[in-house]
Amino acid sequence: MMNTVIQTKTLTLVQAINEAMDTMLKENEQVILLGEDIGKNGGVFRATDGLQEKYGEDRVLDTPLSEAGFVGAAIGMAVNGFRPVVEIQFLGFIYPAYEQIMTHASRLRMRTMGYYTVPMVIRAPYGAGVRAPEIHCDSTEAIFTHMPGIKVVCPSNPYDAKGLLIAAIEDPDPVLFLEPMRSYRSVRDEVPDGKYIVEIGKGNRLIEGEDVTLISWGAMVPVALKAAEQMKVRGIHCDVLDLRTLYPLDHELIAESVQKTGRTVIVHEAHATGGVGNDIVSIINDTSFLFQKAPVERVTGFDTPVPYFGFEDHYLPTPKRVVHAIEKVMKY
Amino acid sequence: MIKQFPIQQFLDENGKILNKDIRSQITTELVKNFYQHCVRIRTFDRKAISLQRQGRIGTYAPFEGQEAAQVGSALALQQDDWLFPTYRDHGAAMTFGHSLRNILLFWNGRNEGCIPPEGKKIFPPAIPIATQIPHAAGAAYAEKRKGTKNAAIVYFGDGATSEGDFHEGINFASVMKAPVVLFNQNNGYAISVPINKQMSSQTIAQKALAYDIPGVRIDGNDIFVVYFETLKALERARQGQGPTLIEAVTWRYGAHTTADDPSKYRDQTESQQRRHTMDPLLRIEHFMKNEGMYDEHWINEIEEAAQAEIDLAVQEMEEFPVANPADIFDHVFAEPTWGIQKQKEEYLRLLEVNP
Repeated sequence: MMNTVIQTKTLTLVQAINEAMDTMLKENEQVILLGEDIGKNGGVFRATDGLQEKYGEDRVLDTPLSEAGFVGAAIGMAVNGFRPVVEIQFLGFIYPAYEQIMTHASRLRMRTMGYYTVPMVIRAPYGAGVRAPEIHCDSTEAIFTHMPGIKVVCPSNPYDAKGLLIAAIEDPDPVLFLEPMRSYRSVRDEVPDGKYIVEIGKGNRLIEGEDVTLISWGAMVPVALKAAEQMKVRGIHCDVLDLRTLYPLDHELIAESVQKTGRTVIVHEAHATGGVGNDIVSIINDTSFLFQKAPVERVTGFDTPVPYFGFEDHYLPTPKRVVHAIEKVMKY
Repeated sequence: MIKQFPIQQFLDENGKILNKDIRSQITTELVKNFYQHCVRIRTFDRKAISLQRQGRIGTYAPFEGQEAAQVGSALALQQDDWLFPTYRDHGAAMTFGHSLRNILLFWNGRNEGCIPPEGKKIFPPAIPIATQIPHAAGAAYAEKRKGTKNAAIVYFGDGATSEGDFHEGINFASVMKAPVVLFNQNNGYAISVPINKQMSSQTIAQKALAYDIPGVRIDGNDIFVVYFETLKALERARQGQGPTLIEAVTWRYGAHTTADDPSKYRDQTESQQRRHTMDPLLRIEHFMKNEGMYDEHWINEIEEAAQAEIDLAVQEMEEFPVANPADIFDHVFAEPTWGIQKQKEEYLRLLEVNP
């Protein structure tokens, strides 16, 4: 098989997500999609476009408008032999299902010592920056990284999105799959046809540099990259990490980079307090304390609700704020 | 609505058959089976309260008074059906074949207690209210998708019908025509809040109207009506006709849990009176006497057998190996994450050094 030429296509992130589900619906009869408006409509972002037509109403199910109801039903289906992939229309609408995820999906394996398991994926577009209405812009990943028993994944590009979603569908445990809606159509990649996997729990180094470690994920990756470019012109080289998985974090990649640079800036759009950035600081503290040349800087959304879109450009981290933080750690 | 949904009885308080159609199906064997299971779970319930009082298990939720509802409905199930209990439905679970030792282990704080006997589709008891209803709808829908004739039964109380998950679950089940029986035990109280403060509707069965599914209101202390109506609802489910809501009106004699004192919110003399007038076991005894089936010798035998079986389960529970701390870490994910693995190793090392 050494000579097999892998065919690729240029896809947007949302198309890559569609391809991942298409690939898995084709391969595994147990895979079933559930969600609001995902059938004929193909989802409000068209992530499931054409899939109901291709696989039928039994495998791509329009559910009643009830997040707790269909996440709960998906738990019952997962326990009874299916691999449900559930779409929550926006992460800001997941809260009615919080109890089902916290008290059941994430806990059934532990409660029954592995007798019942929940191989389920919950997909949810998240984040601000697209002028969406209120509550459509939340980035509350930390609620779920705090929750034992569920993995949290967040790709930044089409290649990772497809490979990570396939990995999530094949994972024996529940996975929350966060999709940066701001990047749905703004990023394109060469994406291989067919099945491949990006391992859950592994981050990726996007740019190699020696001066500052720049850590981000999802829709903040392009912001971090822009800041890194601007610093490069000024002769400061950033080691840019895309974490890709938020639980479990890639502690080895973080430690390796931080021990090389001694300076770290974390960029995430979620609120600072209780954010995933704090867990990264803990990893740095645990693994790399003596390598530090400056305190870790966090560039985050503020500890305010995500504001209405008239203010969102002030809320979201920008390359300017990231550059400012990099200057701070360099000058320390 | 009370007129539209009267409480159906097949057997009245004096043990007289009111529904002649079921007469031919009532065999001595069936009646004895009903009675034996009721005795068995009542004996278990009383023993468990006593164990809690002695500090041999943790907080316990008793069901005495609800035996007919639990035994009658569980006996209507087939081997491959699903059962989704709450924390007060282990009477139904043990009737359906759960391990008595494991049920005791559950009440003694052990995860092992949530594991049903191999092949038995019994879910761990739901602790939050009503969240098991969507699970049952989903598991039942999965059976339909697999093309089996298996169905699910899900238990919940009167208070659960105020929760969103009740409505979301019943709605999902009705839209998907999932083969599930929604079995409500209306015992009049959600801990302390009486039903007239729980809902404005006079019955729970009438809530079925909104979902366009059958709603059946029955005397939950009449094991005959419970058994035959559950059978009928299960049969509808197996035939692809979707869910049925059954409201079994009953009464718990005791407390919400052993941590609760019901005399604070209701007059317990009513419970005492009901023991003489509405008791589910007493009613079967009346019937057996009327029919000449009553056999004191046999009753003594089954009471002793139940006691012996439960004593053995208590012994097995108490001889069960002590909790292994590694188990906390090993069943969160199929493979522990690095963080959980690290916590496990550090903690176990600490125990070794400083047990």
